Amino acid sequence: MLKNLRRRVSGTTIAMWVIGAILLIVVIVGTVRTLLIGKYTGADWTDLIVYGISQGSIYALIALGYTMVYGILRMINFAHGDIFMAGAFIGYFVASYFDQTGFLEQNLVLSLIFVTLVAAFTAAAMAVVLERIAYRPLRRAPRLVPLITAIGASFFIEYAFLGLFGSGIKGYPEPEALKGRVSIFGVEILKTQLIVIVAAVVMLIALWYFVQRTKMGKAIQAVSEDKDAAALMGINVDRSIMITFLVGGALAGAAGVLYALLFRQVYFFMGFFPGLKAFTAAVLGGIGNIAGAMVGGLFLGIAESLFPNLVLDGLGIPAPYQLKDALAFFLLVLVLIFRPTGILGERLATKKA
Amino acid sequence: MALLEANDIHTFYGAIHALKGITVTVDKGEIVTLIGANGAGKTTILNTISGILHPRQGTITLDGEPIHELPAHSIVTRGVSQSPEGRRVFGRLSVAENLEMGAFTRKDKEGIKRDLEHVYELFPRLKERRKQLAGTLSGGEQQMLAMGRALMASPRLLLLDEPSMGLAPILVDLIFDTIKEINAEGVTVLLVEQNALMALSIAHRAYVLETGSIVLSGTGQELLDDPEVMKAYLGMD
Ligand SMILES: Nc1ncnc2c1ncn2[C@@H]1O[C@H](COP(=O)(O)OP(=O)(O)OP(=O)(O)O)[C@@H](O)[C@H]1O
Ligand SMILES: [Mg+2]
Repeated sequence: MLKNLRRRVSGTTIAMWVIGAILLIVVIVGTVRTLLIGKYTGADWTDLIVYGISQGSIYALIALGYTMVYGILRMINFAHGDIFMAGAFIGYFVASYFDQTGFLEQNLVLSLIFVTLVAAFTAAAMAVVLERIAYRPLRRAPRLVPLITAIGASFFIEYAFLGLFGSGIKGYPEPEALKGRVSIFGVEILKTQLIVIVAAVVMLIALWYFVQRTKMGKAIQAVSEDKDAAALMGINVDRSIMITFLVGGALAGAAGVLYALLFRQVYFFMGFFPGLKAFTAAVLGGIGNIAGAMVGGLFLGIAESLFPNLVLDGLGIPAPYQLKDALAFFLLVLVLIFRPTGILGERLATKKA
Repeated sequence: MALLEANDIHTFYGAIHALKGITVTVDKGEIVTLIGANGAGKTTILNTISGILHPRQGTITLDGEPIHELPAHSIVTRGVSQSPEGRRVFGRLSVAENLEMGAFTRKDKEGIKRDLEHVYELFPRLKERRKQLAGTLSGGEQQMLAMGRALMASPRLLLLDEPSMGLAPILVDLIFDTIKEINAEGVTVLLVEQNALMALSIAHRAYVLETGSIVLSGTGQELLDDPEVMKAYLGMD
């Protein structure tokens, strides 16, 4: 019994516990001091949280594409962030066209839906083409090969957009009706943030329904688990993979428009950071796990928005908000050390009795 | 005409020549069994019929139509389904969802419902556990699920790869009774088994396989009476 215990508690485990305890103390001290100083009001905090949720729901939408593709092919599609960028770009063209014709101001809701649909559709088409020409031929290659191809594809898409549309930052039109705030349950929320959150939640629910309830969704799960066994059921494996890319691409494209609603600008490199963050979110939630991508995305969004002010400010760090990106990746490292399978990582060991 | 005819099949894994000219026929309504030592190529034959593997040489016809170049999923559409070696149930889907996947290619809602009821009749245990994740079933239950899942395709030809592997004697009997019952209902069965005695006793005909070639064939009874077979595959003198 004692021997068993001693074997389990190795030096590294102790070191990890110590690091964990120190971090926890730092977080608690920082938080308590921030709250004692009382520099921020309740409204400031709700602002940060709402902002975090809206940003996080965009991460979640992008993260789903990473996680679904990983689930079915065991590969990281590093070009996924650029599919998101492409969606935002296409959305920009449609939105500016609507703006010029005056349609945008007249029919705001209809235009928003249409812009999102076009962006989702184009991004989905791009993702499918990418899979067909860049990944499918490499399906039996060693795992490093498609990974390198994905990085190449990412550069290709970025520089194609740079070449076609220039390096300048383009501003999304800002309809009057989207400016300002609305009050929801007594909380003042920016209208754009509200739209982003509602739209993202609708899409997340739709995706959940698709994967869990439809025959095609279950087939994708079956293919993710065992391709040969799925083929023996009559499931077309190539088609299931294609649909996975299609769905992931559509979500990323729509997320591109939502992102542009919040930040109002698009440029060829804009997919890089959100893509990396969404990938982080997917790993945080447990890569390959769909609920994990959703939880990871929201968690990262809120953590990124809240933690700098809540924890770092109290520690006397100047301009804590500048550290939010560093914080996101620090979280990634922490999760990888303490819980390599992610927050909702594979708990069910498939019993092969 | 035979339901299934595999003619001079050669299948390779890269450079490994796993099937060296296999000829097997299965007539409508039969139970045919393939027996042979580990590594003889039994699973390779079933996977070549199912389209998971493709022969480099030779033909496979189903009702006279060639199927050896078709992808696996369209072979299921033509009425051939397989319960693979090692069960391979989808562990993260429920029992009912696994069965639903078995019927993936079918559109006849009424027929699917009927077959589902039938599978639950054959294996009441599955009905009790229909909401449970397949990964948490016992080995025996997973085997029932793998067979039920293959039946959900409403196959004309059912391929079974070692359905009794690792099961307690009572369950082995249940599985073999079920195979006979399914066959009596009109499903043709091609059965791969380690348990040669049981397999030969229910099979109409049998083939004995050795390192990629067929070395003997005959009716189940003939092989049971053959002292060589007894010695080599049944461990009896
Ligand atoms: N994926 C593979 N790659 C390379 N060789 C393989 C592969 N699968 C099977 N083989 C080889 O092909 C031969 C036939 O294998 P197969 O699985 O068909 O045998 P089996 O008769 O089903 O054996 P068992 O009774 O153990 O299931 C064996 O020599 C095996 O090593
Ligand atoms: Mg085998």
